[in-house]
Amino acid sequence: MKRWFTTGALALTMMAGQAQAETFSWAYQGDVQSLDPHGLNETFTLGFLGNVYEGLTTYDAKLELQPLLATEWENTDPTHWRFKLRENVTFHNGNPFTADDVIFSWNRGKTPGSDMKGYSAKISDIKKVDDHTIEVTTPTPNAILPRDLTLFYIMDKEWSEENKAGEATSPKDANGASSFAASHENGTGPFIVVSRQPDVKTTFKLYDGYWNKELKSNVTDVVFTPISEDATRTAALLSGNLDMVYPVPIQDWPRLEGAQGVKVLNAPDVRTVFLGMDQFRDELLYSSVKGKNPLKDKRVREAMAHAIDLGAINQKVMRGAANPTGLLIGPQVNGYNEELGKPYDYDADAAKKLLADAGYPDGFELGMDCPNNRYVNDELICRAVATYLARIGIKIELNAQPKSTYFAKVSPQSGNDTSFYMLGWTPTTVDADNALFNLVHSFGKESGAGQFNYGHYSNPEIDGLITQIQNETDQAKRQDLINQAFKLLKDDVGYLPVHQQPLSWGVRDTVEVQQRADDVLDFRNVMMK
Amino acid sequence: MVFFVLKRLAQSVLVMLVVALIAFALFRYVGDPVNNMVGQDTTLEQREQLRDELGLNDAVFVQFGRFIGNAVQGNFGQSYRLREPVTDLLAQRFPATFELSVVSAILALAIGIPMGVYTALNRRSILSRSFMTLSLVGISLPTFLIGILLILIFGVILRWLPTFGRGDVVSIGGWTTGFLTKSGLESLIMPAITLAIFQMTLVVRLIRAEMLEVLRADYVKFARARGLTSRTINFSIALKNTLVPVMTIIGLQIGSIIAFAIITESVFQWPGMGLLFIQAIQNVDIPVMAAYLLLIAFIFVVINLVVDVLYFVVDPRLRVQGR
Repeated sequence: MKRWFTTGALALTMMAGQAQAETFSWAYQGDVQSLDPHGLNETFTLGFLGNVYEGLTTYDAKLELQPLLATEWENTDPTHWRFKLRENVTFHNGNPFTADDVIFSWNRGKTPGSDMKGYSAKISDIKKVDDHTIEVTTPTPNAILPRDLTLFYIMDKEWSEENKAGEATSPKDANGASSFAASHENGTGPFIVVSRQPDVKTTFKLYDGYWNKELKSNVTDVVFTPISEDATRTAALLSGNLDMVYPVPIQDWPRLEGAQGVKVLNAPDVRTVFLGMDQFRDELLYSSVKGKNPLKDKRVREAMAHAIDLGAINQKVMRGAANPTGLLIGPQVNGYNEELGKPYDYDADAAKKLLADAGYPDGFELGMDCPNNRYVNDELICRAVATYLARIGIKIELNAQPKSTYFAKVSPQSGNDTSFYMLGWTPTTVDADNALFNLVHSFGKESGAGQFNYGHYSNPEIDGLITQIQNETDQAKRQDLINQAFKLLKDDVGYLPVHQQPLSWGVRDTVEVQQRADDVLDFRNVMMK
Repeated sequence: MVFFVLKRLAQSVLVMLVVALIAFALFRYVGDPVNNMVGQDTTLEQREQLRDELGLNDAVFVQFGRFIGNAVQGNFGQSYRLREPVTDLLAQRFPATFELSVVSAILALAIGIPMGVYTALNRRSILSRSFMTLSLVGISLPTFLIGILLILIFGVILRWLPTFGRGDVVSIGGWTTGFLTKSGLESLIMPAITLAIFQMTLVVRLIRAEMLEVLRADYVKFARARGLTSRTINFSIALKNTLVPVMTIIGLQIGSIIAFAIITESVFQWPGMGLLFIQAIQNVDIPVMAAYLLLIAFIFVVINLVVDVLYFVVDPRLRVQGR
């Protein structure tokens, strides 16, 4: 007995002597589809893989642009950039990181299965100057190329070719040669995937050969579990099983605030939620007005903008954590303008008058499409909007549906089968141009512009400004052009912006984590106390 | 007998075909899978191309025909969401659902049958009445709520049991089991109880009702008149005669335990087939939905068959007719 005790004590002493192992366990509402960094261009997937893979540049916790695999860059002339690559970086299998890997990854991004084709297309050629210098050519001048590259991850050329993963994993082929990279990784990032069962559990450990020895985080192991049910996710945090879960439903905030040892982090999300209106059909699909389209009349759109009390929606539906706005982009986005970001005034009387001037003193009926599982409290917001519009006589017939059916209905594939809809947008590049090009530019099936402009708002003047913005490399002039474009949009009431929704992370007090406004959990920003 | 079994198996193919056809007719209303498979920057053209390559633009009958053609060769396609072959996914998930279902069914029967017999024999006792009241609560409370309540009490407040997942599992020749580890067994307790409660209350009420019926029958009165012990009467005569109709229902219930483990599995994030299926619905993962529905149809057919065969075992009269 005594001997046993001594051995136990010895083991304890030995354990204390070792470097402290800190395990961080967390849950999200879903899992990534694959580990292939070029397989799906979606924020959670790329954010998750950003712990394992790295791009040339990155965003820090405050969404400021930072160097990562590139140490410095220079716009040598409008369409040429020179990037200096970081030396002494190794992939998880020990292979060194060089210019060849960058060129390989760029080409891989263009393969048929890739969902990152849009990113690869921003570069027309990469020349290797030496092992750690590349010269990049862009098809048109692009002032924000370094921002465009944050989510474009670099893979190891040798490893990919050895394992027949030279092409991006396609969602189509089951046993295709390219699926190796879907279940294995070899990045340069601080964490290695140790084991993975899709939908069940993924475990990570710190990569001891990571180039950045001054990593802030003290986490050595990470356990990730997807938990799809909201109540189960919250319970897993409250029961002490997990260190962090997200998203936490807003209605659960009081429970977390009342519980010991946990807290809610709810900074504003970079995502802006807004309402769009059919402005191209001569007769609305879902309305009592026949023979004409009332939403083509600016006075009607303006009436709607003034009829909705965004402040009250924020207080009642979002527990005051949202950020009501008059712009399609949030303050974290490059190109934001505070003056334009102010919401339209809430003024029901003015709204009624505008509606009467437009020839609808008694209002009209209007169908509205709304997702019910996509954005924070999306259906509740739509119901609140319907109530406010009813006060000025616009009777909303609300069609709230799951996101799969919703997007199939309102997207261009069904000819934008909607009259009035809700959408949220996160500019993936964290730059205004992405929102302008996708949401505000006139819809063009061939050009790819205005793909998410479901209501086909169109202003040739803004289209011209967007082209100029894309080609302008002087940041001050560019900002001025962005302001002009958003000013025109706001005067036109092309959209009805609602708010930036809040992020909602539930965290144990023993964990210190910096919350990125694009809802990305970067393990580099996690500290265990 | 052999002919009977073969005939039933042949009929099961028909059942599965019909299930698949109905499923395919409904898939078009579930939404568009492509939006979940690509990011927001993917162009319309690329989306359309993907939709085309997946055959989503074909008519329902063409899609159905292609599915059956592949299914006959054992190919159920690839999950749109997890990008793995559907058969692999179902094989990975089946053990979790199977272990949960079996434990629940055993719980439901092991507790339900004695309770049912007791309440039938001692109709007026206080214990019987409280059993009946409890069973009413059990049958009325939605599974989801029971699960959440258990999590709240035993997971969040008392912190005795893990609130989600399957714990550590041991892999034995492709079959993963949670029976061999402490965390695996702990994780099983709450989901198994949640899933068992409804079935259990059903069994209690069914056994009780049938038993009361049988106890009034002439042959039971005759047995009493013969002076047999009440133990013999109750268990050898009455309970045995109760079992025939009860078996049919219980057989179907075991099918539904497997099929409707969906809710329990999603409340406890139990990595079984039900959870796979519900996530497939949310993401319009057509290959997974189709294969799952076929599998469930097959399970139901097989269970029905087993129940029919068991009739022969329990009821000698059928054996006579069968000859």
